[in-house]
Amino acid sequence: MLSINNLHVSIENKEILKGLSLQVNAGEVHAIMGPNGTGKSTLGNVLAGKEGYEITDGSVLFDGIDLMELEAHERAQKGVFLAFQYPVEIPGVSNANFLKAAVNEQRKANGEEPMPPNEFLKMMREKMELVEMKKDFISRSVNQGFSGGEKKRNEIFQMAMLQPKLAILDETDSGLDIDALRIVANGVNKLRSKDNAFIVITHYQRLLDYIVPDFVHVMYNGKIVKSGDKNLALELEEKGYEEFEHATL
Amino acid sequence: MTEQDAIIDEVVNSEYKYGFVTNIEQESAPKGLNEDIIRFISAKKEEPEWMLEWRLKAYKEWQKMTEPAWANVHYPKVDFQDVVYYTAPKPKKNLNSLDEVDPELLKTFEKLGISLDEQKRLSGVAVDVVFDSVSVKTTFQETLKEKGIIFCSMSEAVRNHGDLVKKYIGTVVPQKDNFYAALNSAVFSDGSFCYIPKGVRCPMELSTYFRINAAGSGQFERTLLIADEGAYVSYLEGCTAPQRDENQLHAAVVELIALDNAEIKYSTVQNWYPGDKDGKGGIFNFVTKRGMCKGSNSKISWTQVETGSAVTWKYPSCILAGDNSIGEFYSVALTNHFQQADTGTKMIHIGKNTKSRIVSKGISAGKSQNSYRGLVKVHKKAENARNFSQCDSLLMGNLCGAHTFPYIEVSNNTSKVEHEATTSKIGEDMLFYFQQRGIDEETAVAMIVNGFCKEVMDHLPMEFAVEARKLLEISLEGSVG
Ligand SMILES: Nc1ncnc2c1ncn2[C@@H]1O[C@H](COP(=O)(O)OP(=O)(O)OP(=O)(O)O)[C@@H](O)[C@H]1O
Ligand SMILES: [Mg+2]
Repeated sequence: MLSINNLHVSIENKEILKGLSLQVNAGEVHAIMGPNGTGKSTLGNVLAGKEGYEITDGSVLFDGIDLMELEAHERAQKGVFLAFQYPVEIPGVSNANFLKAAVNEQRKANGEEPMPPNEFLKMMREKMELVEMKKDFISRSVNQGFSGGEKKRNEIFQMAMLQPKLAILDETDSGLDIDALRIVANGVNKLRSKDNAFIVITHYQRLLDYIVPDFVHVMYNGKIVKSGDKNLALELEEKGYEEFEHATL
Repeated sequence: MTEQDAIIDEVVNSEYKYGFVTNIEQESAPKGLNEDIIRFISAKKEEPEWMLEWRLKAYKEWQKMTEPAWANVHYPKVDFQDVVYYTAPKPKKNLNSLDEVDPELLKTFEKLGISLDEQKRLSGVAVDVVFDSVSVKTTFQETLKEKGIIFCSMSEAVRNHGDLVKKYIGTVVPQKDNFYAALNSAVFSDGSFCYIPKGVRCPMELSTYFRINAAGSGQFERTLLIADEGAYVSYLEGCTAPQRDENQLHAAVVELIALDNAEIKYSTVQNWYPGDKDGKGGIFNFVTKRGMCKGSNSKISWTQVETGSAVTWKYPSCILAGDNSIGEFYSVALTNHFQQADTGTKMIHIGKNTKSRIVSKGISAGKSQNSYRGLVKVHKKAENARNFSQCDSLLMGNLCGAHTFPYIEVSNNTSKVEHEATTSKIGEDMLFYFQQRGIDEETAVAMIVNGFCKEVMDHLPMEFAVEARKLLEISLEGSVG
């Protein structure tokens, strides 16, 4: 589904991603772990199409097409979803309106009619239950005045509404209390299927107890330096990243 | 004169502080302005003597005044002697089909969702029989007549309802109120007159659109609207369709009077030609709009959406004279490219327990400058006056400007005045959030702007609000990326 090959990315002439490669197939969950500032969020942003990044080398194929050629909203319409590490607040735009636009833009791109309002409302209620959102949430402005945990839960809720092929969760577990962590993980697990894939960026092994990954990758200094199964996460928790410090020097 | 009257008098006349005399050279008609031109206008309109005297008095005052320079706008000096002050109302040039209309204009009509027949009417194409506008207007007029509502052009009102006009004209905006108001008082071409009798609730939105004999809006429009005791009226001015006009200078005056328990809701959508992307051309719009809550428990509410004009100078205001009266001002002012707007309101609290509410939303894009200027004044007799003001600015890009100038003068310590202001910017992170959910940049901007303006839009009559929303989107097209 996703094939990243030798990806080099710079911001303002500073190289952040330094030859990153990663293969993700449908039905898989990949966890990426790595120290602060190593380029995890940068990878998410580049895949999602944020402006300001210069791709100096390498390629990214998504379902066989060159992802880097598409604009951000086109990538989203094709099923790439990024749950932000820091979701922004959008004053004056209600969650219902925001999601209605998102869902219908995606349908339009696929040549479908807009979703009938009653169907949309039904879906919204269903998915809200999935992440245990409060009722008043529908009419509130997107993320405005939300607590840190609520913002993260909202990201998962949006993901559930949009049903992406590839979801990248950037530290969705950070700042969540134990109940919220369980809710978020539960949401992800219910959405897992043989047709979609997840890239889960996290600092904590704990999340992976709930969302069990097929692969764990260590990202260090702009590339993937080690891959393994879920036991790698346990190992990292114990030993930290010191081993890689020497390896890349 | 009671003390109350004295205060009102002082308020409405307070701006007269110009002692400077401009010596205006007499020029022969038709260009330029002098007493003979005013006599000529008045005669053409078959006005009674008192109306002529009133105009001449205004002209004398105007001659003593100079153009105000305090607003945060810059424009080339207008040569008032180079203006034609009277042109006989001539019918718009009739075109045979929409093919003859400027395609740019048609594109905009289409985006606004204006029906084909309406497009024809607006652009001066002779309409066919399917769109029977005459009969629509006739039924409309009959309904109003049944209720005793007078709704006609100002010229007609001067001729047929002279007593009412004489009683109220200039009581809210006196001739010598300000430079542009004085000019308007001297030379006003036409405008609307409306009187709602005691206890009558006007059953439909009154719009200039339905006014028979409205031959173009004119450069110096004058509107007078009176809601008698217990009356209610909602009035719509302007339209969302782009308004092209050969006259660069517009100086209108609007006066509203609400007697005991009366309510006036005045909504405006202004979309005059703003000039091109490089700031060339465009209309200078200097308007004096003021409402007087004369009676107790009366209410005046201004709602406006302004997207047009190159330069706008406009402060719809309320004088809250009656006890328990309420004044409201809801405004969206959008500027793009090189537009300049200096708008706001004045809430003058005179009566007891008077309340006012100001909600101003300024959106600046391109290289435009958008200023809010508001005055809340509480007189010493205005026990328990309340004001709440909310002024929000939204910036798009780094080249535009938003400015807020709130003035507060309080002389009664039982009053409560609150002011809140915010400035926000449509940032890259916000736009990326939308795009990441599959919503393109242009749609994202439209959604953010509509969200920002929602509180004001909610006060517009429904159909008007739908059009106004589209208008905002069109006005911002191409302002990001
Ligand atoms: N706009 C920018 N300009 C300059 N440097 C940037 C910019 N954005 C990110 N960086 C730098 O790129 C590096 C990688 O940042 P990134 O956010 O991808 O790290 P991360 O792995 O997600 O870290 P964390 O675990 O703290 O979230 C950091 O050194 C950061 O300072
Ligand atoms: Mg990060």
